[in-house]
Parts: sequence; structure tokens; C-alpha cells
Amino acid sequence: MSAVAVVTFPGSNCDADLRHAVALAGMDVRSVWHKDRELGKVDAVMLPGGFSYGDYLRCGAIARFSPIMEAVAAFAAAGGPVLGICNGFQILTECGLVPGVLLRNRGLKFLCQDVVLTVEGKRTPFTGNVKGPIRLPIAHAEGNWYADAETLARVEGEGQVIFRYVGTPAHRDGATAELPLTEAGAPNGALHHIAGVCNAAGNVLGLMPHPERYVEATTGGTDGAAIFSALRGVLG
Amino acid sequence: MKAEEVKRHGLTMAEYERVLEKLGRPPTDTEVGVFGVMWSEHCSYKSSRVHLRRLPTKGPRVLIGPGENAGVVDIGDDLAVCFKMESHNHPSYIEPYQGAATGVGGIMRDVFTMGARPVALLDSLRFGRLDHPKTRTLVHGVVAGIAGYGNCMGVPTVGGETRFDASYDGNCLVNAFCAGIVRKDRIFLGTAAGPGNPVFYVGARTGRDGIHGATMASESFGEGSEEKRPTVQVGDPFQEKLLLEACLELMDRNVIVGIQDMGAAGLTSSSVEMAGRGGAGLHLHLDRVPMRETGMLPYEILLSESQERMLIVLEKGKEAEVFEIFQKWDLQVAEVGQVSDDGVWRCYWHGEEVAAIPTSLLTDDAPVYERPWTEPAAPPPVPELVHPPALDVLTKLLSDPDISDKTWIWRQYDHQVGTDSITGPGSDAAVLRVKGTDKFLAFVAECNGRHVYLDPYRGTMGQVTEAARNLACVGAEGIGLTDCLNFGNPERPEIMGQFARSIDGMAEACKALGIPVVSGNVSLYNETEGTSILPTPGLAMVGLYTGTARQVRARFGRAGLEVALIGVLATRHLGGSLYLRAIHGLLAGDPPPVVPTWERELHDALRRLIAEGLIEVAHDCSDGGLAVALAECCFGGGSVTPIGVTIQGDWDVPLLFGEAHGRVIIAYDPALQTKVRGLLPATVPWLRLGETGGTELSIGAIRAEVAELEKNFRHSFADWVDARLTTGDA
Repeated sequence: MSAVAVVTFPGSNCDADLRHAVALAGMDVRSVWHKDRELGKVDAVMLPGGFSYGDYLRCGAIARFSPIMEAVAAFAAAGGPVLGICNGFQILTECGLVPGVLLRNRGLKFLCQDVVLTVEGKRTPFTGNVKGPIRLPIAHAEGNWYADAETLARVEGEGQVIFRYVGTPAHRDGATAELPLTEAGAPNGALHHIAGVCNAAGNVLGLMPHPERYVEATTGGTDGAAIFSALRGVLG
Repeated sequence: MKAEEVKRHGLTMAEYERVLEKLGRPPTDTEVGVFGVMWSEHCSYKSSRVHLRRLPTKGPRVLIGPGENAGVVDIGDDLAVCFKMESHNHPSYIEPYQGAATGVGGIMRDVFTMGARPVALLDSLRFGRLDHPKTRTLVHGVVAGIAGYGNCMGVPTVGGETRFDASYDGNCLVNAFCAGIVRKDRIFLGTAAGPGNPVFYVGARTGRDGIHGATMASESFGEGSEEKRPTVQVGDPFQEKLLLEACLELMDRNVIVGIQDMGAAGLTSSSVEMAGRGGAGLHLHLDRVPMRETGMLPYEILLSESQERMLIVLEKGKEAEVFEIFQKWDLQVAEVGQVSDDGVWRCYWHGEEVAAIPTSLLTDDAPVYERPWTEPAAPPPVPELVHPPALDVLTKLLSDPDISDKTWIWRQYDHQVGTDSITGPGSDAAVLRVKGTDKFLAFVAECNGRHVYLDPYRGTMGQVTEAARNLACVGAEGIGLTDCLNFGNPERPEIMGQFARSIDGMAEACKALGIPVVSGNVSLYNETEGTSILPTPGLAMVGLYTGTARQVRARFGRAGLEVALIGVLATRHLGGSLYLRAIHGLLAGDPPPVVPTWERELHDALRRLIAEGLIEVAHDCSDGGLAVALAECCFGGGSVTPIGVTIQGDWDVPLLFGEAHGRVIIAYDPALQTKVRGLLPATVPWLRLGETGGTELSIGAIRAEVAELEKNFRHSFADWVDARLTTGDA
């Protein structure tokens, strides 16, 4: 069975949820403490949501210096699949493993609500055959993705935009090919409505929405399960 | 000691005399401070204790009742739910963000100190009038504070309620509830036992914040209360998240004798209460306490209310384990004393004794007052009224701040983390699954201060039954209750009368419904410059069901459903209603009558209908009566589509907006009508109201587009709260 490392930083609070989702998808979970230096024998790495180091400095800015991050960077450089969700995405941008930065939300408030996303761009180990639109929740105060013009052009041009906020939950069920790019769709103000980006090689993916929260019908929805089963499909 | 100096320590002269007599010598300055906080209203319940004894606190499921850090109720299969509600009113008024944040932090510590992992938060909030200059700032600050703390901790805020009234203009209420799950064989108590066992201090360092917070919470507000800002604590949810994980990890090692958080009155109350429960003495070396600043005095260390700290009594010989775990989580850990067998609470400062008080003097010998109280006066009668057109009333009520949509608030709370939330905020009750079991927990927080003000006894009975009804609407049965009793100045006989009769009402309803009160909190002196708040005995009730997740919602969501009312069918009771306040500016009349036996049968029937999957929709009628409840059922939200409904019959204004208890709107597939009625006992009447479909709400003289009504409902509070915080600049 393939194994996934889930890293816990001080202040991570979605690590248990992530382990639950990975296990539901039929993969082994290996819990890794941020002070560890080795990932062990794993096939993928996931960085969970939360408030690493309280997010008292820029989100993710301290966690990137955690001892385990050297191993994560090496794993990514060797082409291993790495997924960062919410705070995990913020940590990945701080390490420079995925492009862009995450600013305070446009309205300056924490937002916990459903969003609808397109799935696009190049193939990643987490989105192989996943078809949009999908409905997932966001829960963050700093999810407003931003990059300079050159980076933005490169990210768009190279197919590194993997998820984009479109429409509102009401749009999903009767979804047509054309989903509106509305303010309500990207409530955090993200540039080009970008919700998730990958690195140039496509093996490192970061996203603000929480796929691990929607893996069961009774607790909100099942659209997130596709991300985990896609990975399982790739790892075999 | 001079009278003003005694008063500065929060004691009356008579209480100081009591200290002299019991101690047999004049206390040191440090000791007076300790008596001041331990005998404060907040810590000693000296005005409320005689009344609280009347509450039913036992039941077959109760594992731990009042008196510990939180109550614990058995949910079967070796699991239990641990919960408590607590106020943080005065601090939140003075410094809304930190006041609310530390209120949430404190209640979570009360729960995880028992060994439970927190799984749900709820909040009951009360603010003043919308046009009061402080209200908007308070709403922003309090909501951000709750979000800032709860979200960081990774505990979902799944429900709550927010209401507004002029009586809260100068004294907002912030009542936070937390529930956690604990294994029955792993419940920890705040007790110090075993002479020689070491006492450990863990968590954050001690600073000068919050000194005399407990005594502040035991005084009325007057001019200059803002100057008390330094008595408000500052929260650090990141520290608390680490503390939570470290404590739970240590609890797994089976080396703890007792553990208690340092809440109100900090190190003093935690060490004294632990020694009191264990019938032991305790020696503390205050100079060994990790400090955040230099030059702190013993008095300050004892009374500091710095947050995110715990006191642990450990089995002797297991010291290495506590160091290993707390250092892993980068937390402070220090051995600060030991349990003794002399029954005396002693503090040392660099080897010199600075306090030595027999433990029982601080706990058992605290004064208990039978304050004089008067029977509450009968409410003013509802006068002859000219009723405006029903549609105008409905429109106005839907935009009333008590009713209007509060998505603006709960969207700032992470209500999903933990991935157990089945039904989140904005419903009759929140529902969470317990992972790995077939159990589901439901939570509701409730209080209608208008009803309690008009008749404290009947009004409070009504709140208990309504909370139980809310739980029944999601298919759950109430198994325990925690209260948060917010009242004015207990030295006024009419306020004490409200308190006494409110307790009677709560006791009566809880006994009738078989729901024990397992924990709680009393917040008195909620008055500013002589004006008391509406009596607000806030309560949170916990419900349980087993099996599979119930498929019932509070919105119609589709056409072709038959809509019916079950329970109390037609009543023109307008006393205490939101209609009277919002339309006529009146607080008058008897609140609606409560018949607990009828309620019980209604709730049982409702749970059966839901468990058997016969009904799709259940929604309680409360503020704004039947018309508002029906409108809410029509609205959309999330993935639910808005839908119209046509109701037959003659419905005049009192029938539409009266607030009777004991009734619930249900909706179901018309083909199931016979089965639905077949399940209802004769004591639960049924009335077909109409059916869903179209885009209009049609009842009595009301014919309105649901979309228009929903716009009112969605926008009025959100527009007000987002309006500029400061006006004047163009």
C-alpha cells in the first residue's frame, strides 16, 4: 500500500482531518513531526492547514524553517508528489516550492464558506482525471493569492493554475460549460481567481480550499475525495 | 486595615472581620488579596449558592456534576461528553477582542483539563441597540475575538445566538460554550492529593495581566470602567493549542493525580481549589513560577490571570515525563511546590513564607449570603392594539436584528474543522458525529431575556423547553444542560428575586424533561450606572441520538411537500413577543405558558417521525411566531433552493406573530400523511397548513415573493454591521 507523510507543525490543526481523508482513500498514513529530519519511506507528502506558529508572523514564514522542510524540499526536487492545503499552501509559497504569495483576504476577515472551483492546467498527481466544477470549503483569513505580472503570466502560460474560484455553490449543480467569474466566487480577492497552483514540474501543488473536509456525504460533500483517489491512482 | 484598603481588595468590612476571626490574626497584604479573590462573587458564588442547590444535577447519565471544571455526561460505549458554558461579559465590554477571545480560551481549558478533546464551540452574545454608538464596534471586536481564538485552536464554532436590546447598551454579554469528548475511564479532576506529590506549573509565563479580573467581574460598571482595561487578559491561542496537545499527551501516560487550568484568580484559585477538593495542604514556591517580566511581587504572581496556564499534581517519581512532553511542545514547565498533609495553603518567596492559610478557610468558610429578594412584580398587561397590515409586520420582523440572518458572524468562524459537523450554524441545533461510533451529538444555546424579564419563573421554563424542542427538531434528545446565569446587582432585592424565580423555573422544567444541570456559571453585577440588563439565564443543552445521520432540515427546499403544524395549534398569545417590541415598542404581557408534559410528548413524537424518515423538514416556532418561522422555512441557503408555500385558513396578526411554546412546523411527502398522523399520539394535535410550491409565501393577508422577504432577512444585519465604523469623513 502506498504511504503518505502528513507533517504536523506546532499550530497545525487540520492534520487529523487530513490523516482521516488519506486513510479513507485507502492509503497508509505516516505522521511526521516538524522537528524530524527524515520523512521515512513514503510516496507522497502533505502539509495540513492550521496556524503554524500561530501565524503571528507572515503565515508559513516560520514553519518553512522547521527541520523537516529540508527533507520535504529534497523530496519535491526528486519529483515526489507534495500537496499543501491552506496553511500548507502558505508554507509552500514561503519555501518557494510553488509560485505566488497569499495576502490578507480582500474583506480583511476570516471566511469559512463553500466555493466552486474549476480544475484546469497541467496534470498533477492530485488532479489527474478530476473534472470540475467541484465544491469545496475555504476557511482562511489569508488566501488572497498574488504574484507580480511576470510570474502571473508564466503561471497562466505554463498551465500552472490548477484550481480557480468560479461562481457560487448555487452554480454547481446546474453547471454549464461557462461558469461566471464573480466577486462572490473568489471571496478572498485572489488574482485571476486563483485558488491553487503547482510548480513548473507539476508535482508540487498548493491550494487554499480544503479537499480533506469534503470526503464524506454526511459531513458536507464528497468532491474532495477525488483529489485523494487521484493520488492513489497514480501511486498504485 | 483601613476600610478603603479592604474595599480595594474586593472585600466588605464585615468580610474582613470574618477573615480576622477565622484566621485568628491580621492577614498579610498578600493574604488579604487572596481572600479578596477567593471570596469574590465570581469564585465563591456567595450570593447564588443557596439558590443553585435547587437545580437537579443528578441522572443516570451524569458522571460529573457541578463543582468540577466542567460537567460530564455518559453517551455510552465508554465515551462521555464534557461541557460547560461561561461568561466573559465585563472584559468583553472593556476590550472586545481580547475579552471575547480569552472567554473562548478559558472555556476550552475547562474542558480539556478534564481529559476531553474539545469538539464544538457555541456562543451566546448580547449587544445594545443598533444605534448605540458602541454597539457596532463591540460586535466587530467580539466576533473577531471569538474567531481569532477558536479558529486557531482548530475547534469548530458550530452554533450560537445573538440578540440586541437597549439594556445591554452598557454591558454586553459574551457567553462561550465548549464541549469535548472523553473516554469514561480517563476523566481527570482538579484535585490535589498524596502528600509529597510534586506540583507542576505548565504553559505560558506569568505576567501582570488580568490582576483582579475576578473582582472586577464582581462589581457593577460606573464611570471610568474603561480604565480597567489592564485587568483584561490577553489571549494567545497558539500557546493554548500547544498546551492542549501537550496535556492530552501527558494524560495518555497515566501519571497525573489532578489537573486544573488557571482561570479566574489564576494560580490562587487553581491551587486552593485543588487542595480543597483533595482535602490537602499545598506548598507553593512563587519564585519558581516562570515569569514574563521582572520585579513581580508574590501578590501579583498569585493574582495574575495570564492565560494558557495549567497546574498539575503529578505522581512522585514521574517528573521526567512531564518535562519530556512539555519541552517537546516548547512550553514552560516548572516544579513549583508539593502537596502537604497539614491542610494549610502556604506560599514561599525565596524561602520565606508569605502566606499560610488553612485551605478550608478559603473554600468551605467563604461567606454564603441569603440575600433578601422580592417576588417579581406581575408584568404590565398587553394594551388594546391597532395591528398594522400583516405583511408590513413580517417585513419588519425579518429585518429585526434578533431575527435577521447572522451569516456575517458565523462565516468568520471555522465551523467545519474536525470534519464532524453535520449541521452547522443557522439551524435549530448544530449536529456533530462522533467519529468511529454511531453516535451524534446536538448542541443549542438559547435565552429569551424578554420572556424572563416579564416572568422569571415561566420565562426560564420556556427557555429550557425551547432548547429541548430545538434538539428534537434535529432528532436528538437532551441529555444535559449547562447554564450561564447573567443578572444585575444581587444586592438589589428585585434582581435577586429575578434570580431566585428563574432558578425555580429552570429546576422545574429540567425535572419535568429529565435533563440534569451538570455545570454552569453565574455572572452578577451586570449593570451600568444603575441600569440592569434583562435577566439573561443563558443555557446550552446537549442532545444525543444514535444510528445513522438523520435526514431532516429546517428549510423546505423543494416543491410538493405537505406542511403541517404539530403541538399547540392556534394561539393569540402576544405577551412578551418580538412583535410587541418591534412594532409597538412594548415589553408587556405574560410570556407564553409552558406545559412540560405536552412538550415531552411533542418532542418524543418528533424524534420518532425523524428517526423513521417520515418527515423532511422540522422547524421550531419561536421569536416572531408562526409567520417568521414559515418564512425562514421558505428561504434558501447553501445548496438549498428557496421555495414558496401556500397556507390555508384565516390567520390574523395575533395568530401569525404570537409566540406560543410547544409547536413545530413539519413538512413531508403528502403520500406519507397517513403514516405521519399515525405516529402522533392523541396528545399531539396535527393541523395541515398547506403545501410548498411557487415563489410566494401566502398566509392570511400576506402574499409576498419569497425572494423579496429573503432580501430583507439577509441584508438588514449585514448592511448595518458593514456600514462605516466611523462617520463624518466623506
